[in-house]
Amino acid sequence: MSASEAVVGAPGGISLAVPSLFDQVGAVARRSVVRIFRQRALLIFPLVFPLLLFAINGTGLAAARRIPGFPDVNYLDFALAIPFIQGALFVAITAGTDLARDIESGFFDRLALTPLRGSALLAGQLAGAVVLACVQSLVYLGVGIASGVGIASGFAGVFVLLALSILIAFGFAGLGSLLALRFGTGEAVQGFFPLLFVTVFLSSSNLPRNLITTDWFREVATYNPVSYLIEGVRSLIITGWDGEALALGFGFALALSVLTLSFAGASMKNRLVRT
Amino acid sequence: MRRFYYVAHGVAWRSVHNTFANPAIILPSIIFPLFFLAAFAGGLSSIAGVPDFNYKPGYTAFQFAFVLLQSSAFGGVFTGFAVARDFDSGFARRLLLCAPQRSGIIAGYAIGALVRWFVTGTCVTVAALLAGMSIEGGGVELVGLFGLGVLVNIVAALWACGVAMFLRTEQAGALIQMPVFIVLFVAPVFVPLSLLTGWIHAVARYNPATAALEAARGLIAGSPVKLVLAFGLLAGAIAVMSLFARRGLASAERAG
Repeated sequence: MSASEAVVGAPGGISLAVPSLFDQVGAVARRSVVRIFRQRALLIFPLVFPLLLFAINGTGLAAARRIPGFPDVNYLDFALAIPFIQGALFVAITAGTDLARDIESGFFDRLALTPLRGSALLAGQLAGAVVLACVQSLVYLGVGIASGVGIASGFAGVFVLLALSILIAFGFAGLGSLLALRFGTGEAVQGFFPLLFVTVFLSSSNLPRNLITTDWFREVATYNPVSYLIEGVRSLIITGWDGEALALGFGFALALSVLTLSFAGASMKNRLVRT
Repeated sequence: MRRFYYVAHGVAWRSVHNTFANPAIILPSIIFPLFFLAAFAGGLSSIAGVPDFNYKPGYTAFQFAFVLLQSSAFGGVFTGFAVARDFDSGFARRLLLCAPQRSGIIAGYAIGALVRWFVTGTCVTVAALLAGMSIEGGGVELVGLFGLGVLVNIVAALWACGVAMFLRTEQAGALIQMPVFIVLFVAPVFVPLSLLTGWIHAVARYNPATAALEAARGLIAGSPVKLVLAFGLLAGAIAVMSLFARRGLASAERAG
């Protein structure tokens, strides 16, 4: 007998079945996705802002192509990786803010009275973020291709690029959830956005690391994991199949996901203390 | 005139006090320009190696001009956020009731923005000098450089006050800052105008921010360019934005 069939008799014929984990995740995920699409401002800004910066920096820094040693591609090709990472940061803030709002509004406290498992709640909440990441990635890719960017790794590379960008967004969504669970307010989550944005600027986002001539900046970019996330996405666009860049990109994205979700899971247990 | 002064003085004092008494307000104003200076001057310094990039004082000074003007513009923008917050909290309505000369309110907020930028601008300048920026302009040129910053700050503060007073909600934040952000970034931020290509070159050529930026860079290099154009455009912008802010205030007055 499955959990969903484990009906406990209740007065008035009300079914008190304990839903399966799958059903629990599904219900929370559906709510999370619907909430994302109902808040159109949450959809538009994460789409428009990275594309705006892509348009401005992609053309404003076109002269960087003339730096000796710069890859033999248009700067737009080089810059297309950045919106994917910036979009992932917006996913982190969206996921975190939504979760924090549930905490602030008391929705979490009411959930604590139900048999819903913490892992189901976390996984379901992240579903909206993953859907948002999918939409963003497709739009960034579409805009990139429409503006003349070629994907060096070909048709198969497009799928790998989408997979990597969604995994990166998933990792950052886990970070957003962790912040929400730790601090419990949307204001605190949003306060971290500039800090996350700094990590993109202090990386190899605008130039290859070997062409960064300022020593301290090159050191920071080398130790900054965001550089490897960007370089993983970028390699598929401008190089083709670069095993090392992809391994580092997927490796750091996976590590980010595992770490943030582990800590978020632990924080969730504290938040959902049944009294 | 005395009533105008009293209102402006009171609003300015409150604006300055609120800014400096609250680290969550003043710190981002200081940290962001410093971060942009580090990211642009540090991370993109090899751009100076591009053929035809001829800016004698170097790339740090090239970016300093942009970051200084950006910090002055955002000093005004952040003050607009404070105006919107005052409307959201109901304070601005009480202020409108008790102020004998209401245009002093705009002047007070603008003075607050200016004081905020003096601190931010000083921090950015000290940081750039510590990073080894070379300034080839003399004292007069430096006065001109900071004069440009003052005018940019006033234009942005008047714009921000106008939008905040028309909309009277903190949600106006995006509308206040996005146009300023776009105008600043579609100027020759990373390379001189002559090295820009494509649509951004066409836009930057006619962008008023380009004149201010080129004038600022010329002053740092000790060879002023487009000074009359830059100061003229900024003076015109102040006149237009003053009218805009005054209409915003009138809209707030009508709303009660």
